[in-house]
Order: sequence, then structure tokens, then C-alpha cells
Amino acid sequence: MKMTGSQILLECLKREGVEVVFGYPGGQILPTFDALYEYKGFKFILTRHEQGAAHAADGYARVTGKVGVCLATSGPGATNLVTGIANAFMDSIPMVAITGQVPTALIGNDAFQEADITGITRPITKHNYLVKDIKDLAGIVREAFYIAASGRPGPVLIDLPKDVQVAQTEFIWPPEPKLRSYNPSYNGHPGQIKRAAKLIMESKKPILYVGGGIITSGASAELMELAEKIGSPVTWTLMGIGGFPSLHKQSLGMLGMHGTAYANHSIMDADLIIALGARFDDRVTGRLDVFAPNAKVIHIDIDPSSISKNVKVHIPIVGDAKQVIAELISEIKQKPDIKDWLEHVEGLKKKYPMGYKDKNKILPQYVIQQIDEVTAGEAIICTEVGQHQMWAAQWYNYTMPRTFISSGGLGTMGFGFPAAIGAKLGSPEKIVFNIAGDGSIQMNIQELATCVENKINVKVAILNNGYLGMVRQWQELFYKRRYSYTPITSPDFVRLAESYGAVGIRVTKKDEVKGALQRAIETDNTVFIDFHVEEEENVYPMVPAGEAINNILGGLA
Amino acid sequence: MRHTISVLVENKFGVLARIAGLFSARGYNIASLAVSETLDPEVSYMTIVVEAKDEKVLEQINKQLNKLIDVITVTDFTKKEHIDRELVLAKVNYSSKDKAKLEAIFGKFVGKIIYHKADTAIVEAVGDQEQIKALLEELDKFGVKELIRTGKLAISN
Repeated sequence: MKMTGSQILLECLKREGVEVVFGYPGGQILPTFDALYEYKGFKFILTRHEQGAAHAADGYARVTGKVGVCLATSGPGATNLVTGIANAFMDSIPMVAITGQVPTALIGNDAFQEADITGITRPITKHNYLVKDIKDLAGIVREAFYIAASGRPGPVLIDLPKDVQVAQTEFIWPPEPKLRSYNPSYNGHPGQIKRAAKLIMESKKPILYVGGGIITSGASAELMELAEKIGSPVTWTLMGIGGFPSLHKQSLGMLGMHGTAYANHSIMDADLIIALGARFDDRVTGRLDVFAPNAKVIHIDIDPSSISKNVKVHIPIVGDAKQVIAELISEIKQKPDIKDWLEHVEGLKKKYPMGYKDKNKILPQYVIQQIDEVTAGEAIICTEVGQHQMWAAQWYNYTMPRTFISSGGLGTMGFGFPAAIGAKLGSPEKIVFNIAGDGSIQMNIQELATCVENKINVKVAILNNGYLGMVRQWQELFYKRRYSYTPITSPDFVRLAESYGAVGIRVTKKDEVKGALQRAIETDNTVFIDFHVEEEENVYPMVPAGEAINNILGGLA
Repeated sequence: MRHTISVLVENKFGVLARIAGLFSARGYNIASLAVSETLDPEVSYMTIVVEAKDEKVLEQINKQLNKLIDVITVTDFTKKEHIDRELVLAKVNYSSKDKAKLEAIFGKFVGKIIYHKADTAIVEAVGDQEQIKALLEELDKFGVKELIRTGKLAISN
């Protein structure tokens, strides 16, 4: 049977197991939206901005591990996806973005709503395609899903000209893609794994440093087994949150710029860093030339270009974290003798505890702790970007992977709310919170309509301090308190939520926090909770940019 | 230091832009670039010469090239035995009395006069970096009006 390009696209998405597509219609994608009319193969969610669609697809992918899909028209529709695509790229999130394009005969003519989106997204996609012939379409869609989800995952864009959407051909479901030029290696080199095991057994001060790769490869159980076998402390990056339970006795929490002081001191004192699916980002290492001066490094990562990029690696192992860790465990024949090291780390924990000084006003850290309490650490926590994001990373005790959804690499304000929409659709049985600042929430606030229209029940906790708080904090500490354009006004969030048909709650007193959270959870609707918090509270501990990570400001000690 | 990198790629539109993008995003200038089909018309061969001060950045570029979906193999010839050649076309001043002198050059170099008119001759020459450099010094004596080079081609031996 002959099918149009648009019908082939939808059929391919369905066969790839797509459950939901987020998007927005427009002129050059009209044939595909016509095919979507009364289509039952998957759910379609109309967002209120294409950026929202991209972040929602991203949030869905982070929570489910499946490929997130977004759909937009050409020109401005496509360029509005760009931030969302870059965000997914930086955090290695599997995503397929589909854009309409002007008919092939008009490409390059500056036609109405034309943008060279494959050119624009080349450096921020894992791969992209311009479909010039309908006969290639099904194969390209299969390849796109395969590339997005395999190896180090990432976003793939398919640009689909209008004439290809309306052209007709026989639909043939292509075989599983095989690419001679793309073969990610999942198995680590056995010799390297043996050498790594030897180094671990001989180490005196080992530390496990884990990143988002643990979450991507589903290696939490293997990580637990490895950690308990070695007995070493475990620290993680922002992307690694949830990969190892926060309350485990070997946990050191997050490291880096806003990591725990004891995690930073521990990694600086270590003689062996076992890096698992992490990339030694500058927010983690601080000043590179003085980072962990006495440590040897075992680096396990699926992406060879992540290895030896920032720090010198003694034993590189290219492979999938889950498989490599399992093999590593079987090679470790005896626990290293690290009693003194563990005592040292315990000492650091006592010397530099996490804490904050209580004040009369509501403290943002307290709000996060209360969210932790009312959800028993089992909610999905999405965040925007800024102070609230760091507090959400520090003060919620994550117990499971894929429950902390945050823009790590790109640091995209406006990510959290649409990501929460995708998260809720991916995991409807869970309570989904978006922890936001009053600045960030205003960047994609239009998605309130998406929530209400589709009955996507998301709880938004706004830590409202009247500032773009993280930038204000830097201005306070490094720019002589010159608060240049960081005081920010907001609408009445309660009335705003109500005007969209959602529920708004304002909280101005500490003793109202818990009750408001409970009410929000019990409410069968999207709820905005506007917490009026201490205005000039800072995120501590803090390592100033470019300093050694044991050069720590603030904290209680 | 100059590095010669060869890249075997899928012969598709957009591949050159992807590769060029990796260099430009890091502020690296491509000194020369030669692209053509191979025995298999679905595969193209690129020889890229790049000036790189930092070995680490070059290692990153190699890894990033390998990461591109359309890249089949990457070879850094800096550390490998290889043979390289370049083709040069030069427009030089010419008069009939110079003819013998100009032709004599090609006793030492691989090349010939391929065209001439009253005051201009076009010569072609092939050689490695050293040979081309020496040839150009010889041609300079006649006065070079215009010079075009293909960029380096490299093949392993």
C-alpha cells in the first residue's frame, strides 16, 4: 500500500515504540499534522512553545530511558527547538527532533519560514538528516532512533521538507540499522579491566566518582556491588545524582563547585579515583593543575573523547558502565586495606558538615528538606537552573536513579517546568515536583496551559526570593554587591496559576511549608506553590570558579 | 606543528561541513584540504593538513572526528609512515628566450610546461613538500604571476 511521507513518519514512530510526541504545528509541517488528526498510534501533546516541546521530550527521556520525540515546523519552530536540542546534547539524552522544512525546490531561496536547521544544529546534535527523497525516510527514522539511543546517547534531528511529507511510496519497514562508520563499543578491554582491578586492590585511598553514565547505562545495582566490595567512599556529579543512594554510609554526596566540602577534600586527598561515566567537568575539578595531585585515575566511559580530555588518565576503559563494572567486580579478588582512609574521610565529614544557619524567614534549604519529607525521597524532582537547583541537589535525599531531572551541562533556565511535563507523562504513578526560582519559572511559564489542558499533574515549588539568585550571589561575592539587573519582579503566581485553571498556594511562614506541600500533593491538579523565602540566602559550600576545589567558601565550619 | 590527517568518510552531502566544523569550533585553521571519491564511490577520502600547537587538542580532534557518524576511519599521518604529494599549477612570466631555461627546471622536478603564449606560461608540477618548495624557488626567478596548489594528498606505505 502506498503511504505519504507523513504517514510513513507516524508509522515509523509507532513501530519505534514512541508513546508520546511533544510539538507545535505550523505551515511546513501541516501535512504531518493532518496525518496526526485523530491518529491513535501515540499520544500527541501540544505545548505552548517549541522550546517547551523539546524540554518535555528531554524530561520524558530522562525519566524513562527511552527516546524522547518532539515535532515542530520549519524556520522559527525549528530554531525554537535549538536550546532544547543543545540541552539534550550536553547531557547525553536520547532524543529525536523532527522539523518541517520548505519544499526541496525552495531550499536555499530564503523562502518564508526557511532556516537551515541541519546547519544550525550540526554542532549540537549527535547526527542530523535532511530527507530529500521519500524512499530514504523510513531508513532515516530507524537510523535516527538507533543513533540517539545507542553508545553515548544524544539528540538526532530529522528535517523533513513539505514535498517529502506529501509524496507517496510503498512503505517498507527497514531492517535494523547497521552502520560501518558507527559501532559503539560496550565491552571494556579485558586487560585494562584486570589492570584496573589490580590498582584498586593495591590502593590505600580510593574514591568512586560517578556521573550521568551510571544512570544512562542503568548500572546502579552494579555500582552498589562495586562500592560495597571496595568499601570506598562514593561521590557523584550533578548528573550522577540518584545513581547511588544518598543515605548510604559510603555516600559523600555531590562534589564540585557546590558539592559537600568533605567530598571535595576526599577526592583531593585520594590516591585512586575510579571515574564511572563522568567527564571531569570544570564544575567538578575546579583548578585543573592542582586537582587530586596524588591520585591515579581509572576512567570508565563509553565515549573515548571524554577520556584524557581534562585530566591525565592512567587506565582508560572504553565501554558501557554496566558491563565494565560487572567485569571489574569479578576481577577484584580482595578488598583493599583502607581502614585509615575511611577514618580520615569520617573525620572530614565531622569537620565539614553540611548545614545552614536558621533564620526567621523561610529558608529555601528547609523547603527542599520538607519536600523530601512529604515525598519520602521517592518523588521525581525536576529543577530549573540556579540556586534552587543546587539546593535541590544538596538537600533532597535521592534514593533511585532517574528521579533527579536537571539541566547539567548547558544550565538552561526554563528547562524544569516542561521537563516535569515529560517526566509526569513518562512516570504517571510518581509525584513530580519542579523546583524553580522566580526567575527560571518565568522562562517557560506558558506551559501551565499544557499541564491544565492535558491534566498533567505537576507540582511547582517556586523558591521566590525576588532575585536571579545565583547571579546575585556571584555579584555579592565577586562584584562588590553591585546587583546589576538581578532584582526581578514576578506576577502574582497564585492568581496566574488560577487564571490558567491550575491551583496556586502562597506560603510566607515557616510553619505553613509542610501543610502547603501536603495540600499540593493531595490536589488533583497542577499546583504552583509560591514560597517567599529569605532574599539573600547563598548556596554553600562554594568553590569560586577557577579555584582548587578544596578552597571552599562558606558552610558551617 | 603541522599535522596531516586522513579521514575516510561516507560520500554524502553535509559531511565536509561537519568535519570543517570540528576544526573551526576550536579555532583551528585548516592549512589544506583535499577531498575526492575512492574506489568505492560511496566513500570519500579527505587529506587535511592542520597547524596544531597543542597535542592534546589534536588528540581531541581525532577523537571527535571518529565520533562523527559519517566518519569511517581517521589516520594521523604525523606518527605514521606515508607518502605525500601535491600538485601545483603556476602562471609564470615567459618569453621565447626563456623557454630552454624553464624547460631545464623539469630535469630536476616532475612537471612540464602545459601552455604558453607570448608573455605567460602555465606549468604543472607534482612533488612532496620539499620538492614543491624547491621548485617554487626556481620558478620565482622567472616571476610567478599566479599559483594554485591542490593541497597535500597522503597515502600510507
